[in-house]
Amino acid sequence: MPALTRWFIKAALLYLAVALLLALVLALPDAVGTPFFIRLMNPTYFHLFLVGWVTQMIFGVIYWLFPIISRARPRGDERLGWACFVLLNAGLLLRVAGEPLTSMHPNTGFGWILAIAALLQWLAAVLFVILAWPRVKEKYRGE
Amino acid sequence: MPRLSRWMIRTAFVYLILGFTVGALLLTHKGLNLHPALWGWLPTHIELLLMGWIVQLTMGVAFWILPRYWAKPRRPKEGYARIAFALLNLGIWCVIAGTTFRAGAGVVTVGRGLELAAVLFFAGHNWRRIVSREGRG
Repeated sequence: MPALTRWFIKAALLYLAVALLLALVLALPDAVGTPFFIRLMNPTYFHLFLVGWVTQMIFGVIYWLFPIISRARPRGDERLGWACFVLLNAGLLLRVAGEPLTSMHPNTGFGWILAIAALLQWLAAVLFVILAWPRVKEKYRGE
Repeated sequence: MPRLSRWMIRTAFVYLILGFTVGALLLTHKGLNLHPALWGWLPTHIELLLMGWIVQLTMGVAFWILPRYWAKPRRPKEGYARIAFALLNLGIWCVIAGTTFRAGAGVVTVGRGLELAAVLFFAGHNWRRIVSREGRG
């Protein structure tokens, strides 16, 4: 299993744990007195789960298991993969911080955190498709 | 990787980009108030990524990787899987038309029906490929 896949899958497992912890906290009764900013994190929970866990796990497994391009360049330009990993996680973490901040302080500069988070995650998806597209092919037969 | 898997997986990649594009606009709007009409694209964002990306990618990989028969055709009833591919994508666009583009609740119902039919056709293709090494189902 290549190093990039190991990073994707380990990060995905961490996001799954964090997403489920957040779901647990969001499900606590009001009497517990959960901080207000946590109560604003329902969309964050969905994205931790679907981007951090599901999509990141898929990225890692595709990078590992899809047919290689050639013996010389089995998985394409690995730098694209690392850039994708960094952008996806930076974008998602910015969202985790920016979403409650923006909800609590609307019409302030915090809104730009969400715009940057959106751009980083979008770039990550584009880079991943550029990296994986040539590997959607028949089995490599050594040509 | 067979041709149908290549089609399904590449289509899933296209939906990934489309879904992330809509999602990026929605998230930016949340921070910077771009245009209130953007919230109408939330169902499209969800549909593109759940059905277009995750479900379709899963189907493409399953068609490729589930056990094949020793004798030809090695992936029997392949036509069922092709029909599933067509129905799923038709269903996705019906749901998008019915929600974001307000083509009517009936269109959403038709879309969901097409997606259900796609899954049934796909299961019809794959059911007998879900076996142990000894061929036990």
